[in-house]
Amino acid sequence: MANLTREETLDLIQEVLEVYPEKAKKDRAKHLAVNDQSIEQSKKCITSNRKSLPGVMTVRGCAYAGSKGVVWGPIKDMIHISHGPVGCGQYSRAGRRNYYVGMTGVNTFGTMNFTSDFQEKDIVFGGDKKLAKLIDEIEGLFPLNKGISVQSECPIGLIGDDIEAVSKKKAKELEKPIVPVRCEGFRGVSQSLGHHIACDSIRDWVIGNRDGDDSFQTTPYDVAVIGDYNIGGDAWASRILLEEMGLRVVAQWAGDGTLAEIELTPKVKLNLIHCYRSMNYISRHMEEKYGIPWMEYNFFGPTKIAESLRKIAACFDETIQAGAERVIAKYEAQYAAVIDKYRPRLEGKRVMLYVGGLRPRHVIGAYEDLGMEVVGTGYEFAHNDDYDRTIKDMSDSTLLYDDVTGYEFEEFVKRIKPDLIGSGIKEKYIFQKMGIPFRQMHSWDYSGPYHGYDGFAIFARDMDMTINNPCWAKLHAPWLADQAAQSEQQEPKRASA
Amino acid sequence: MPSVMIRKSDSGVLLFYVAKKDMEETIATVETDTAESWGGEVELTDGSKWYVDPISPPPVFPTTLRFKRAE
Repeated sequence: MANLTREETLDLIQEVLEVYPEKAKKDRAKHLAVNDQSIEQSKKCITSNRKSLPGVMTVRGCAYAGSKGVVWGPIKDMIHISHGPVGCGQYSRAGRRNYYVGMTGVNTFGTMNFTSDFQEKDIVFGGDKKLAKLIDEIEGLFPLNKGISVQSECPIGLIGDDIEAVSKKKAKELEKPIVPVRCEGFRGVSQSLGHHIACDSIRDWVIGNRDGDDSFQTTPYDVAVIGDYNIGGDAWASRILLEEMGLRVVAQWAGDGTLAEIELTPKVKLNLIHCYRSMNYISRHMEEKYGIPWMEYNFFGPTKIAESLRKIAACFDETIQAGAERVIAKYEAQYAAVIDKYRPRLEGKRVMLYVGGLRPRHVIGAYEDLGMEVVGTGYEFAHNDDYDRTIKDMSDSTLLYDDVTGYEFEEFVKRIKPDLIGSGIKEKYIFQKMGIPFRQMHSWDYSGPYHGYDGFAIFARDMDMTINNPCWAKLHAPWLADQAAQSEQQEPKRASA
Repeated sequence: MPSVMIRKSDSGVLLFYVAKKDMEETIATVETDTAESWGGEVELTDGSKWYVDPISPPPVFPTTLRFKRAE
């Protein structure tokens, strides 16, 4: 199916909005837009970071998800207590596949769930005593932990527990950082506020811990990788590129990161941010307090990698700039082979994305390297600054959707008929049953890494494996095969490999 | 009276960032921008006007200042 024109896309949005009641229609209309590259500021065309409409299906998370699941959770040598009822921690345990090295349960705790398991009596009488007891138990059972964070769940804020007081008292007793995080789920409209709260708690409780301590040997080439959560090993695939060009990666935030790395970050020369949405707050703080500049980079697909490596190198001297060129040349044969192999199989395929954080714009380059085209993209919890950056990356008259509802997304897909959808687990089976190839772009569908040159090879293989899978031709029952063949003829065939 | 972080962008213009509102705008004009002081009425590219008492000597950016809405 040919791409829609601007008018057709506008009509499509109107048509989809038609079923809503008047008020809901007015609200949702602000969140759907047609991309126009000439617009400088996204607030002129799209509204974002607003409360989801009651009664529609949204896939957003909560502030606790943003803090415990995203920012704090991957810090591997700390113990993160899910303070409150047991469910929040248990159902999100290890779901994000933040890989790390270490002995789980001995010196690293990434995939474990620690919870205070609130009962009725804790709600009635308060849970501070329980928290103090829990911290003592943790210290007894897991003495190699480097620190503890207390991630509040909703009831903590509702009953007014003073987790700060408990944390301060216990931190003095144990001589370890204990960080209270006020990330109750009801705060804000999505997980985005959780990122902000978590970054603020790092700022207030951790980042200044080594101010005035100059024992750490610095070099002029120290950098920190910020906002890479090592999903399926992403941060490792990024880190080797930076190291090969001659930089020293002092800290990884937060995938495979440690408390010591976080504390040493103020000593670096440059902060490299991958996920702008979740960690720009802390980078801005470090710029103001320590004068560390920060820049965004993108390690998806060879074009963007080369661009980013050169941009990073430009902040350093000639040796690093030569190093960047060396790295790009070194991997050239490798990625050219990947493109040669997969591009003919993927050329011209159309993709719709609906993810969070940075991916709705960052992966566009990787798809384009494979000859594919992104025809629609949207964020779960972006703010306007994310859309500012997205507008330039998307082609004109493609669809932008913010906090899209289940209904809208399905209708868009029915009309646009993409060859691939990249979204999360909640959308996966709906679209697969509709016969559309689908990749989870949150967890890389249990594959990965996708960052870096090594990741690009895996990315290309996965996209090919999904789109050109023979199963898509088998979705119709045999007695409906005739009908299916007819509709196949009407539109160009999707897969024949 | 929001706390505003003023920082220089890569292209050298000043950015006006309000963390609480997630608002990042470019500063179009500053009333007083001399070697001695910086501040006064600040107009952003979106047309809104903000005020901060002139600071002298001029602050080193990035820095956080408390602005008031002008008008």
